[in-house]
This record gives sequence, structure tokens and C-alpha cells, in this order.
Amino acid sequence: MSTPTMVDTDPDVRLSSPDEVLRPARTRRFRPGRLVTHLILFFMVALWTLPTLGLLISSVRDPDQLAISGWWTSLATSTISDQSPRLPAADAAVLENGIYVIRGNLLGDDDNRTIATFGGTATTSGANPAGATIELRAGGMITVEANGDYVWTSPTPFEYTTAPRISYVASMAPRFTTENYSTVLSANGIDRAFINSATVAIPATIISVMVAAFAAYALAWMKFPGRTIFVIAVVALLVVPLQMALIPVLRLHNEIASIFGVPGKGYFAVWLAHTGFGLPLAVYLLRNYMVGLPREIMESARMDGASHFQTFTTMVLPLSVPALASIAIFQFLWIWNDLLVALVFLGSQDEYVVLTGKLVDLLGTYGEDWNLLTAGAFISILVPLIVFFSLQRYFVRGLLAGSVK
Amino acid sequence: MLDQALYAIQIVAIAVLGFIAYYWGANWVLDRSLATNATMSHETIARRDRRRTRIRPWIFLAPALLLLAVYLVYPVFETLRLSLYDRLGQNFVGLSNYQWAFGNPADWFRSATDATGAPIIDAATGLPIVLNQGDPTFWRSTLNNVAWLIIVPSLATAFGLVIAVLADRVWWGGIAKTLVFMPMAISFVGAAVIWRFVYAYRAAGTDQIGLLNALVVAFGGEPQVWLGIPWLNSLLLMIILVWIQTGFAMVILSAALRGIPQETLEAARIDGANERQIFFGIMIPQIAGTILVVWTTITIIVLKVFDIVYAMTNGENGTQVLANLMYRWTFISGDSGRGSAIAIVIMLAVLPIMIWNIRRARAAEGAL
Repeated sequence: MSTPTMVDTDPDVRLSSPDEVLRPARTRRFRPGRLVTHLILFFMVALWTLPTLGLLISSVRDPDQLAISGWWTSLATSTISDQSPRLPAADAAVLENGIYVIRGNLLGDDDNRTIATFGGTATTSGANPAGATIELRAGGMITVEANGDYVWTSPTPFEYTTAPRISYVASMAPRFTTENYSTVLSANGIDRAFINSATVAIPATIISVMVAAFAAYALAWMKFPGRTIFVIAVVALLVVPLQMALIPVLRLHNEIASIFGVPGKGYFAVWLAHTGFGLPLAVYLLRNYMVGLPREIMESARMDGASHFQTFTTMVLPLSVPALASIAIFQFLWIWNDLLVALVFLGSQDEYVVLTGKLVDLLGTYGEDWNLLTAGAFISILVPLIVFFSLQRYFVRGLLAGSVK
Repeated sequence: MLDQALYAIQIVAIAVLGFIAYYWGANWVLDRSLATNATMSHETIARRDRRRTRIRPWIFLAPALLLLAVYLVYPVFETLRLSLYDRLGQNFVGLSNYQWAFGNPADWFRSATDATGAPIIDAATGLPIVLNQGDPTFWRSTLNNVAWLIIVPSLATAFGLVIAVLADRVWWGGIAKTLVFMPMAISFVGAAVIWRFVYAYRAAGTDQIGLLNALVVAFGGEPQVWLGIPWLNSLLLMIILVWIQTGFAMVILSAALRGIPQETLEAARIDGANERQIFFGIMIPQIAGTILVVWTTITIIVLKVFDIVYAMTNGENGTQVLANLMYRWTFISGDSGRGSAIAIVIMLAVLPIMIWNIRRARAAEGAL
């Protein structure tokens, strides 16, 4: 937010500059508080962006750090209270210079943790700084270094049946990793769900755009009785809630499928359902666009003896590419993001479950495992975000055509 | 995994080719069966041409009409019918599903006990009277839906308008708009995860990982289990939808603001109007029609809101809404009668908007 650039491009200043010589006071009066504008807008944009940013950052954080500190502290060192695995059994001790010694490391080798304090019980984990030597209830003295190495010594042989644990407080350097993604992809079936989502969304988008384009052309340029009634009916159907359709259509699917001896749920069912539910908007938008195409083009094509089918495929379709793209993006995003239709017409078994369904599943099973949830959520919103950022122009155009008309 | 992908590509190809084959094939059959050539009489040619022109629109329309009829028109009537039948849709039960939901209007404002708390005895039967005030969860859902209907469209439209106006005044307005618009691309379920993380709770004394609780603690408050607090939790769910829909409102309203003639604004400025007067006196009235359209569009989305509640709380702790209640009754409890009755209630709420839309479409078509 550099102030000079801001003033240069400020339309108000440019518009009012001729007046400035005559009425400087007034010009100054109706210039709004520029800084306030910037600040308010910045605050609102931050409010709208931070939740998603938090998700993205969290999804690449170390799972342990993610669970105990906020994502906004992800560049700072975090502290973690933990307990070591049990120390080795008593017979692991070796005799060195007349004393019994057990050596080892509390942290294991993969770690970026550093032990700050430790103790023999959970309540004393903060009592002794790293490097100190304390007495253990199981016998002997133990020294724990910051890197986790410990030396446990006793003048007499160790005698215990259950090996003790050491509680400690460790600090953890910030660590970023893709392991959340690999975990959620391989262990939780997100990869399968991703393909399922694509299997649902791509054909359903193509089919609905194709069906809508033919219908829209007929409603825009062909003459037949009842055309206006169909247009009005499409407008009316725009707002019919999806909830109405669930029970009757599922029953119908089951009945028809039972005739052929196949299950009523499945990809074919969900494609048709999505196509049906998306049709009113698609037909409405495309028809509005096609009606606006120049009449002369249609008429000259007809003069040349082209049938409606030829006019449609060779002239109207190529001319309608922008509108078709808008609709296709709309449909794709809507289908990819849908939960209800897929849940009802496809089911939630692993074989069929789509990304949104899988995510709800994860929410239920791993409600607090934010490493899995954040990575899973980001995978599910990745495709829509790519589509959105690369094709935003068409998306906006479609929105405008759909609501301002 | 590769198998699954290949299988997917295969069935995708078959389905899409099937539809292409229909359109192309049907047209081919029509052209062949009613073909004309120079050896035919003029009458035959004219008749065949007429017939082709009459039939072809229906080839174009047939798949769309069939799908619309099966997936949207038939369900409206079938749902209406099912709402008058029992849980399995076998026996006619009249309005009893609606009575279950709404109760008996005569009982709404009565009490089953008198002032002392003793049950009131029915004089005719000698038994304590039993009131039917409807299903409490249904009423709570309805109430919640009304709250959603008031709060979400107003906030989303207001925020959208403010951002649209402000973004037009700064050089980074384009970036600002893209960022505010982005949530539109995110699924309701994805948004639910994002916001569950914002509302996450950790016990007092430990570091908070949720943004909201971290802020509360930073200002000296106690961390809260936000989604467990009645009424506030509903509001927190609404915020998610506001977050998503503000971008929509902003884009539409921004385009409408651009459509206001520059001369109008300039004239007002020359007349000495200040920015506030220009905003409320000129901009708002000029785009009032668009504001209404944005408002109704968001209203329809709100009435159908399901995913957010389903994923966040599943209607627990008093956050139930009609769409999720309908899903529960139909698919969890297996009662298509009550589920259908709830669906009809949602439909009735949408009806005024549908009628308004039809009016506008008729005016635009200039017919009927």
C-alpha cells in the first residue's frame, strides 16, 4: 500500500482537479479518508483470507506441533510435554568400572526436539534442567542431556520388574513436512475418493452442458407450440429445492434398477441426478445467451439450406463457447463440491464415496486430528481453487448472466 | 488405483458417447426417413419439410424435458403425495405428518397444567388433557431457519456491498475482490473443516490452536467450546455461509455499481454531495433491483443449507435446520412421510420467490 501510487491513480482526484484551483476547500472536503478505506478493506480481506490460510499452513506443519500450537506461531519454536518410552529392562545394564550403567536416547533418532527439563514422574517433568542428575524411584541416578542421551548408573545391580519412564518438556524447532498429505492419501483413502469425485463430476458436467445446449437452442431459435411455457417452466424449476427430489427419485431409481436387476445407486444414477438438478440454471443461462446471437447469422445459414442441426453444431456452438465455458465451470464446481446428491445416489462406501463425503467421514472419525483434516480438506478444495483462479473470468461472467438478467 | 482410473475413463467415455450418439443419430434418422429429392412432387417435398421442422425441436428438447420431468417436476408431486402417507409410503394418513410437525394450532398457546401446576382434567373423559404442540425439534429447526434467513442474506449482501464499494477505490481492489470471492469455490464441507479449525478448543491454560479462542485468550478471556453454546453456535454456523456468499454478493453488486452512469455521480459531486450522501442517496437506489436479486438468490441457498450443519454439528446442541432434519427423518429414521412433509415446508418457503421469478420472466418474455 504505497501512498504515492494510490494518489496517482485516484479517480476522484483526477476528476476534481480542474475544480481544485477554483474551490480547493471543497475538493479537500469530499476526498474520503483514504487511509481508512485501505485499513477497512485490508481488515475485511484478512478476515476472509485467514481461515483458508490457516488451513493451508497447518496442513504442512509437523503433526505434533500442529496439535499443540496455533498455526500463526508455526515459525516459532514450540514446547511439548511428553513421556519417553519405557527405559530398557534391568538386564540391559553393563558393568563399567565397578558400576552398573544403562545408556540410551529418550527421543529416538528422527527428532528435531530438544529436551529442556525432565523428571521421574509426570508432575516433575519441569523440575530438572537438561544435563542435571536425579535419583529414580527404581534405583540409581540418571543424567539426561538436551539431545535426549541419558546415562543411568547404579553402584548395585538394577532390580526392577517394570522399567520406569522419564517425563520431559522438549522444545521443537519449526518443521514443515508433506507427511500429513502422504498419510491422508494412502491410509485414509483420499486418493480413491479423489478419483471417485472426478468420475462423478466430469461426465455429469459434460452431459448436462450438452443436454442444456440443445434444449437452449430449441428454446431460443426453433418455433414450436408451447415454447414460452417451457421457458417459464425452466425459470420456475430454478428454485425447486433439491430436498424435494431425494425420496421420489431414489425410489424411482430403485424400481427401475430392480427391473434390470442392478443396484439403484451408482455412477449412472448420480450423473443423471446431477444433470437433472443442474439443468434449469444451465438451460436458462444458455438460452439467454443464444437469444442474444445475431438473427442474421441464423437466417443466412437457413438460406444456405443448413438444417437446424447443422446451424447449431457449426455456428451456434462455436459462437457460444464463452457461455458454455461459464456453465461448465459452474456445473463442475457445484458437482465437485456437492455432498447431498452423492450421499443419496451414490452412497458412502469406500468404493463410491466422493471427496466431500470422505471429508465428513474424517471429521467424524478424526475430529481432533487436525493434521489429517487440514491436509484432507486442502486436497478436496485444490481442484476447485485451480479451476477458480485459472478461469475466474468465465465464472464471474456466468454469475452475472445468471442473476442480473 | 490405476484400474479404478481406467474404469472411470471407460464409463465416462461410454456415457458421453451415448448422449452424442442420441443427438446425432436421431437427427440422422429424421433426415433419412423424411428425405426429399428432385424426383418427388412439390407437395411431398413441402409436406416432408414441414414434418421435419415440426419434429426436430422435440429431438433437441427430449433429453432435457425428460430429465426435468423426472428429476424436478415429478418429485414435487410425489413428495406432496408421500407427505400424506405413512413412514413407508404405503397407507394414506391424511395430514398427520403435518400434525406431528406443527401440532394442533388450538394447543399452541394452551398449557396442560393450571396456574398451580396441576394437570388440567378433560371434563369429557376425566383424564388429564394431552396437548399436541408439534415436534420441538421441528419448531427449533424452523426457528433456526428463520434466523438463518434474516441474518445470512443481510450480512452477506451488506459485506458484499461494502467491499465492492471500497475495492473500487484502491489500487489493489482487484486482488482484494479475488480473495474475498475465493470461498465461493470451496465446498460447504471444506468450509466446515476450515471453520471448525477456527473454532477449535483446547483446555484453558494450554496453547489454543483455534484462531477464535486464541483471540479470546489474548484479550484475557476464557476459551470456550463454541459449538456447544446454544444460539451462539447457530450464529457461528451462519458466519460460514456469510463467508462463502459475500463474494457472490460482491461480484454482482460491483458490476451493478459500475453500471451507474458516471455523469450521475459527477453531477452529485458538483452539487456538493458528500460520499455518504452519494452512497445512500444515489448508489443504493440505483442498484436496488440488483440488491433484491442478490438477496433472493442467497435466501434460496439458505433455505437449502444442509452440508454446513451436517458436517459441523449434525444438528446437535440446538443447531438443527429443516434441510438436515429432513435428511435425518428420511435416511436415518427411514420415515419418508415425515421427511416429505418437511421437504414440502421448505418448498412452501421457496414458493413466493418462485412466483416472483416467474413474474419477472413473463415480463421479460413479453408474453403470456
